[in-house]
Amino acid sequence: MRHRKSGRRLGRNSSHRKAMLRNMVTSLIDKEKITTTDARAKELRKLAEKMITLGKKGTLHARRQALEVIREKDVVAKLFDRLAPRYADRPGGYTRIVKLGYRSGDNAALSLIEFVEEEFTPKPKKKKAEEKPAKKAAPKKSEEAPAEEAPAEEAAAEEAPAEEAPAEEAPAEEAPAEEAPAEEAPAEEEEKKDE
Amino acid sequence: MAVPKKKTSKSKRDMRRSHDSLTPAGMSVCPQCNELKPPHRACPECGTYKGKEVTGSEE
Repeated sequence: MRHRKSGRRLGRNSSHRKAMLRNMVTSLIDKEKITTTDARAKELRKLAEKMITLGKKGTLHARRQALEVIREKDVVAKLFDRLAPRYADRPGGYTRIVKLGYRSGDNAALSLIEFVEEEFTPKPKKKKAEEKPAKKAAPKKSEEAPAEEAPAEEAAAEEAPAEEAPAEEAPAEEAPAEEAPAEEAPAEEEEKKDE
Repeated sequence: MAVPKKKTSKSKRDMRRSHDSLTPAGMSVCPQCNELKPPHRACPECGTYKGKEVTGSEE
């Protein structure tokens, strides 16, 4: 059973693994991007994000906790003074992993792990109500426009001008999820007509 | 020791191999250079993924 087992062993015993990850997180914070294998990058991500969290706390205790992991004092100073303030508003997800391909020699999957640079823009809170209509809006532009005006006008759907669709899209996305099934029914009928 | 009684004919051999073919790997197109690239990976031709990411430091 996999219960209560998490993480990868990376072919090392625990002390070797811990030593390697300490080296790697020190390098990552120092250089801000490093290339390594996929598996190591994914393990490193956990540790690196914990370090940023310590940096955001900014207390003396947090600094000492970071010094237990990071091997160089000036790297800890960089983490607390320069790196962590960049992520003051970001609730996690400080790193990015980009898969690069396969290493010649042992064919190991390589990836680039780096700290994200972009400004954080919070996503809108209400997920479910918005996502559903948004997905439908893309493939069914022409059908949605008349469906909003009146379901009886389905027949006109095919003639509906293309310019109308984007105009109608904006309200369609905000429309509550209840409308989705209502729109589906006329859409299905139309497909039959097309055949 | 168990031993084949007859040589396997070309036909039988080839019929056995009819299921051995490999399918080509799925590929996507790089938006930067329009070359084929493996999906969810940086483009090996131009080294970009969703913008600009070139091979960083060596391991």
